[in-house]
Amino acid sequence: MRSARQQPFRTAVLILVWGWLLFLVFTPNLLVVGASVMTRDPGTFISLPLNLDAYRQLLNPLYLEVFLHSLYMAAMTTLICLLIGYPFAWSLSKVARQHQVLLIFLLIVPFWTNSLVRTYALKLILATNGLLNSALMSLGLIEEPLQMLYTEGAVIIGLVYLLLPFMILPLYAVFDDLRDDLLRASHDLGAGRFSTFIHVIVPLTLPGVLAGVMLVLLPAMGLFFVPDILGGSRNLLVGNVIKNQFLDARNWPFGAAASIVLTLAMAFLMFAHRLSKRRIGEEGV
Amino acid sequence: MSRWLPRTYLTLIYLLLYVPILVLVVFSFNDSRTGYEWGGLSLRWYEALFNNRAMVQAMWNSLWLALSAATVSTIIGALTALALHRYRFRGKKVLNGMLFIVMMSPEIVLAISLLALFLLVGLQLGYVSLLLAHVTFCLPFVVITVMARLSGFDERLPEAARDLGASDFTMTRTVLIPVIMPALLAGWLLGFTLSLDDVVVSTFVSGPSYEILPLRIYSMVRVGLKPEVNALGTLLLVFSLVMLMLSQWILLRSKR
Repeated sequence: MRSARQQPFRTAVLILVWGWLLFLVFTPNLLVVGASVMTRDPGTFISLPLNLDAYRQLLNPLYLEVFLHSLYMAAMTTLICLLIGYPFAWSLSKVARQHQVLLIFLLIVPFWTNSLVRTYALKLILATNGLLNSALMSLGLIEEPLQMLYTEGAVIIGLVYLLLPFMILPLYAVFDDLRDDLLRASHDLGAGRFSTFIHVIVPLTLPGVLAGVMLVLLPAMGLFFVPDILGGSRNLLVGNVIKNQFLDARNWPFGAAASIVLTLAMAFLMFAHRLSKRRIGEEGV
Repeated sequence: MSRWLPRTYLTLIYLLLYVPILVLVVFSFNDSRTGYEWGGLSLRWYEALFNNRAMVQAMWNSLWLALSAATVSTIIGALTALALHRYRFRGKKVLNGMLFIVMMSPEIVLAISLLALFLLVGLQLGYVSLLLAHVTFCLPFVVITVMARLSGFDERLPEAARDLGASDFTMTRTVLIPVIMPALLAGWLLGFTLSLDDVVVSTFVSGPSYEILPLRIYSMVRVGLKPEVNALGTLLLVFSLVMLMLSQWILLRSKR
């Protein structure tokens, strides 16, 4: 160890950092785990005895339906982001280097601007007398305005719009690392374009795909303001349920249990991501 | 692959990303009351915005919160990055893991865990609870920004400083801080923007004593259309854009 007079600074820094994280990250998470196995209490929010009622309540058909619907919308969002994002990231990695910086910048500008405001902007476009309906009607493509707002589709569009950059950035990172000599090698060994895509490009970009899925799927279940603004009362996310239970219904154990399910989903995806990375590492690429 | 196909595709997606933002900006200058039809150029919504006292108060509250959250998270984040970079200590992996969890976990999970903490320790929801929460979610981003800067740094410099008799504190102040300065500025700007734009965490940990902008917007847009929001959104957009360009400029300049 170093001389004594250097110690106070080091000690102070470590205490500050550890203190902050223990108090504001570790303890709160522990509290949520604790709350999920306790009993609902109107006065103190939670009380003893310990039980698994909250988890049982998750399986209540009423909530199960909301969760499955939320999962479905999140899965659709992720799939659409992947279908748009994969060719997008690929194309981006083919653009000349000096233009890439600007294009990445243009990609992250919207995602540093207020997401609430951007969701609201979609409302201007999708509303019954909004811009899209007016445009379609003046083009003579439709007679009557379409009901686009307050539908499942509107929620998915909103989520895709907000989360697309989170899919593109990790994909761009893997495409950027993809070495041309591997593709040439595959070609020289007689593989066609399709075969190269399936056997070389897809496996090598898999960690990026999984990272993107992780960054899109989970927020797509949590961003409660998107259905609030675009989806109406029938297209709720898990996030809406959690928010409701904590802020309105005051059922902490249930809200906490729902959030733990989300966290477990995150842990599972992170594990899959690590696994895919390690597999590629072992194959020596 | 032909050249024009990827380019057309990129252009198309960028258009889709920017159309809603353009619509918002254009409609903020719209004189029409209904909010859907074009009624000529006007600044009336900007006027309405600034005549709305509660709104202006929320704006100041948000700015003050973002300013303080960015500053505190930059200080703690920089110290964390320095500790992770320079010190060996027990539980380093745990520390890293906690930062990673904050960054990766869905915002709503962080939000309810902090709400539970604040209510159980009896902290009144308001400025302090918002500050603690915002610093917490900004922290990992500052740490990453500073770590990235430190990783490309010549290790012999701090060694030389120490050989010349500088204490750890002096060495940090005179050698490390100047080196990480661009990262500190970029991290600060990042934290400022993150704090200003947060909706999810703030919804849970703010109280009636300290109303901030995103929550004010949230309560406005849930019921119908409010043209003032277009004006406000445009202002926020310009503001974020300036901040983002500033941070990129600082980072790019420091790389040269």
